Amino acid sequence: MRTAERDKMVEDIRAARPAGLARAISLIEDEAEGAGGLLEALHPHTGGAHVVGITGPPGSGKSTLTDRIVKHLRARGSTVGVIAVDPTSPFSGGALLGDRTRMADLATDKGVFIRSMGTRGSLGGLSRAVYGTIKVLEATEKDYVIVETVGVGQSEVDIARVADTVVVVFVPGLGDDVQAIKAGITEIGDLLVVNKADLPGASRIESTLESTLNLAPPRVEPAPKILTTSAERDEGVVDLIDMIVEHLALAKTTGLLACRRRMRAKAEITAILTRDIAKRTEISLSEPGADWYERLQDGRTTPGALAATIWRKLVIEEYEGVEDENSREASPGDRRGEHRRSHEDLL
Amino acid sequence: MSEGRIRVLIAKPGLDGHDRGAKVLARAMRDAGFEVIYSGLRQTPEQIVSAAVQEDVDVIGLSILSGAHNHLFPRILELLEEADAEDILVIAGGVIPEEDIAGLEDLGVSRVFTPGTSTSDAIDFIRERIGA
Repeated sequence: MRTAERDKMVEDIRAARPAGLARAISLIEDEAEGAGGLLEALHPHTGGAHVVGITGPPGSGKSTLTDRIVKHLRARGSTVGVIAVDPTSPFSGGALLGDRTRMADLATDKGVFIRSMGTRGSLGGLSRAVYGTIKVLEATEKDYVIVETVGVGQSEVDIARVADTVVVVFVPGLGDDVQAIKAGITEIGDLLVVNKADLPGASRIESTLESTLNLAPPRVEPAPKILTTSAERDEGVVDLIDMIVEHLALAKTTGLLACRRRMRAKAEITAILTRDIAKRTEISLSEPGADWYERLQDGRTTPGALAATIWRKLVIEEYEGVEDENSREASPGDRRGEHRRSHEDLL
Repeated sequence: MSEGRIRVLIAKPGLDGHDRGAKVLARAMRDAGFEVIYSGLRQTPEQIVSAAVQEDVDVIGLSILSGAHNHLFPRILELLEEADAEDILVIAGGVIPEEDIAGLEDLGVSRVFTPGTSTSDAIDFIRERIGA
């Protein structure tokens, strides 16, 4: 992407123009050329939104709850971005993204921007593009960014590394109290919401969660709070929002927020590196004429040794001679070529 | 790994409550590898266009059984133009009489699929036009 093109896109995003904003998010989702540069350019304008994660099992009412939360936040004068993630098919690569059906009235509200997203191969309940999309929405000066995860089972906990405040949604009818003391999503909530409180069994879930918290060992972070809602009837949602706001205020004073933001940055850096290394590994192993598999079968090498060789090759090709992130542009040119020649027959 | 996936918004404009056809098509498109955003029943033209822009879709698929297509479709196309999004391919299906098709296509609907169309016809048409 040319600099002029990128500048125009940054300008569109800063002015919250829907089409430009939407195209920028597509660029990030597609991991297209220019996406990295765009995110670098947006970086100074990020970090201003309260990022709220909403997670819970399929059908627990996350989208309906999100719809109600956004409406109440709008009534308070706040602007909101929503990222709604649904699963991508591991077979076709396609996805049916249906969260908007619960948020139809929000489509024409200029203070709200909703984007549906497939997981595209990520297994932690989010898409890799979530980090970048949060930044894009923050750069439009949204007060809140709500990230709704896919319907999760027990171990999709990436949201805990992304959100400032995590809301875990429970519903009656999904199992006994052993379910509530298992590891995974029950551990990551700052706020535990029993939704569909109008259904039988809601108060039982609530008391199970309470006794589970009483059993929990003392921790540094404040204990999670439990509350009941009926998103369908719009009951308890105002209390939930008050608690979300309160959580952030407390997190700011206790240092929890700084800790969470650090965790998000760390997760983002790890995600970028993992993606780049996976891509380069794939290229290395599919080079025409590569005989690594034959050598592996003959017992001349091992997967571990091959991995070490690829790793060395990556470091030499990409990073050697680069002092720090500021001198990344200064490519070591000829020297790089020399190294490549001397190492090209490693694989 | 960097692939642009075809994104489609399936929408039901106006007042009709039957979305079986829309869901069958959405499911078939999902299996064809598209990312399908289903926006639900009883959508106004404004909601549809706004959702299409936010989702940066390549295609809008309108499903209509109420007979109000000559009233709702022109408005949708007009709003797309206002939003600088007339590059989005608009296709339609449902119960649309033969004699209305030419008029809708003149307005900018790329293709009207009538009852009995196979889902793969619609998918092939999109692939051909979007070229991915």
